Amino acid sequence: MLKDITLGQYFPGDTVVHRLDPRTKILGLILYIVAIFEASGWVGNALMIVLTALCMAVSHIKPRNIFKGLKPMLFIIVFTGALNLFYTDGTPVLPGWPITWEGAERSAKMILRIVLLITGTFLLTYTTSPMELTDGLDRLLSPLRKIHVPVHEITMMMSMALRFIPTLIEETDKIMSAQKARGADFENGSLLKRAKALLPILVPLFVSSFRRADELAVAMESRCYHGGEGRTRMKQLRFAPRDLWALLLAVLLLAGLIALKKFGL
Amino acid sequence: MSEIRVEALTHTYSAGTPFEKTAIENIDLTIPSAQFVGVLGHTGSGKSTFIQHLNALLKPSSGTVYVDGEDINKDKKTRRAVKNKVGLVFQYPEYQLFEETVFADIAFGPKNMGLSKEEIEQRVREAADFVGVEEELFQRSPLELSGGQKRRIAIAGVIAMRPGVLILDEPTAGLDPAGCRQIMDNICRYRRESGATVLIVSHNMDDAARLTERLIVFNRGRVAMDGTPEQIFSQPEKLVEIGLSVPQSTRLAMALRARGVPLEGAVYTHGQLMAALKGVGLC
Repeated sequence: MLKDITLGQYFPGDTVVHRLDPRTKILGLILYIVAIFEASGWVGNALMIVLTALCMAVSHIKPRNIFKGLKPMLFIIVFTGALNLFYTDGTPVLPGWPITWEGAERSAKMILRIVLLITGTFLLTYTTSPMELTDGLDRLLSPLRKIHVPVHEITMMMSMALRFIPTLIEETDKIMSAQKARGADFENGSLLKRAKALLPILVPLFVSSFRRADELAVAMESRCYHGGEGRTRMKQLRFAPRDLWALLLAVLLLAGLIALKKFGL
Repeated sequence: MSEIRVEALTHTYSAGTPFEKTAIENIDLTIPSAQFVGVLGHTGSGKSTFIQHLNALLKPSSGTVYVDGEDINKDKKTRRAVKNKVGLVFQYPEYQLFEETVFADIAFGPKNMGLSKEEIEQRVREAADFVGVEEELFQRSPLELSGGQKRRIAIAGVIAMRPGVLILDEPTAGLDPAGCRQIMDNICRYRRESGATVLIVSHNMDDAARLTERLIVFNRGRVAMDGTPEQIFSQPEKLVEIGLSVPQSTRLAMALRARGVPLEGAVYTHGQLMAALKGVGLC
């Protein structure tokens, strides 16, 4: 059950998108997000859809996996859609109806925007391993070190948190199974009862998290870890020509969309 | 006390994703009442997946599990009821302790069964006695005890439910020899006095040879070997091929035979080795 969570999961692969430098992908995602909000007309939006579909095809990510990730956001999507649908002034679809043509258009565009936003983010996390992701962030944010932001420490904590999500999920799964085997019931009863039923999971989980943190700290210290200063990497990030092309494409796309907006498309 | 029958059991994890993996495939087994069974197999052979089907923690992808002739996955009620009948002790069970006192933790299972206060207390005392936990410890926090004590308290938590089938996944992993022996003795005593069917997943071939009546060897999600310890350990080559070892006594006997000592009969326990050595006048 818990194993089916796909949020932030990495699907190993060997496509062009997988091989791109993580910095390119992060920058690309930022440009993509700006582009989503610049695409105001139907032509612009259609272009975004085509581009997103193209990215999915190139990186071999199945639509099914994207849908699975969208499911938890369904409420927000429907809510935003409904809000825009009913609360936009304009010409009613039918006389006397609360739904207007303008509302329908805005609602459709909003839903599309959210879906594209989530899809784009998933494309990044699906094709980039957590290690690459934090490495990329580390390098991208490194100028901030000048103003004493502990960039390395922050990204190190991030990669540890990401690293331990699957471990904790597995651990939770195991503890849940063990307590279920002793007759614990997590599904039935009142809200209060169900909240209480979580105690047999949370206590062992906390205990083992502290133990793990302790062990990890000792293991890091015994390998002379002392923060980011003077630390070198085994895998150096390097821009390849394909990264340049990818970024160029993203910038061009954004410029194109801004141009389209000027023409009201 | 309870009989288990498994028909064409298959389980696939994460079906329909790139991580799809069939852990066990087409398992057919019958484990009669009161049998003492050892389950062998190296990591990833499917034995852990298999035992989690026996109390409906995992739902079969296909196939059926019967306990005392009843399909345990028939509905929600049977899935719940079977947990009182089939007790499962996971690997490193001490990590599931959570209550403030040892007593409360052992009482967790019986409490979930909806028993009366007196009944719960009686069962806790009985279970604690089975695993050799003294009453002085009842009001202590389980988290401040030693590893071996924690493990025994966790096992008591399952025994307190008086399961007709007791399944233990590597109950002695990570304990010192004295702790191992104590736990194995506790389990044997529970089996003797309650008449329960016992399944024990183990890497310790000597324990498996000495205590069990039947061994089931898993390999790549299938039952590779099934028989008495004598039958299993008389095919050491096959065991080695699967990646398992044989008991020390068997290894010694094989080495002696290879050097021309004509040892008689099957050798898989220390006693048999001694008898065989006496037979050829070496002891």
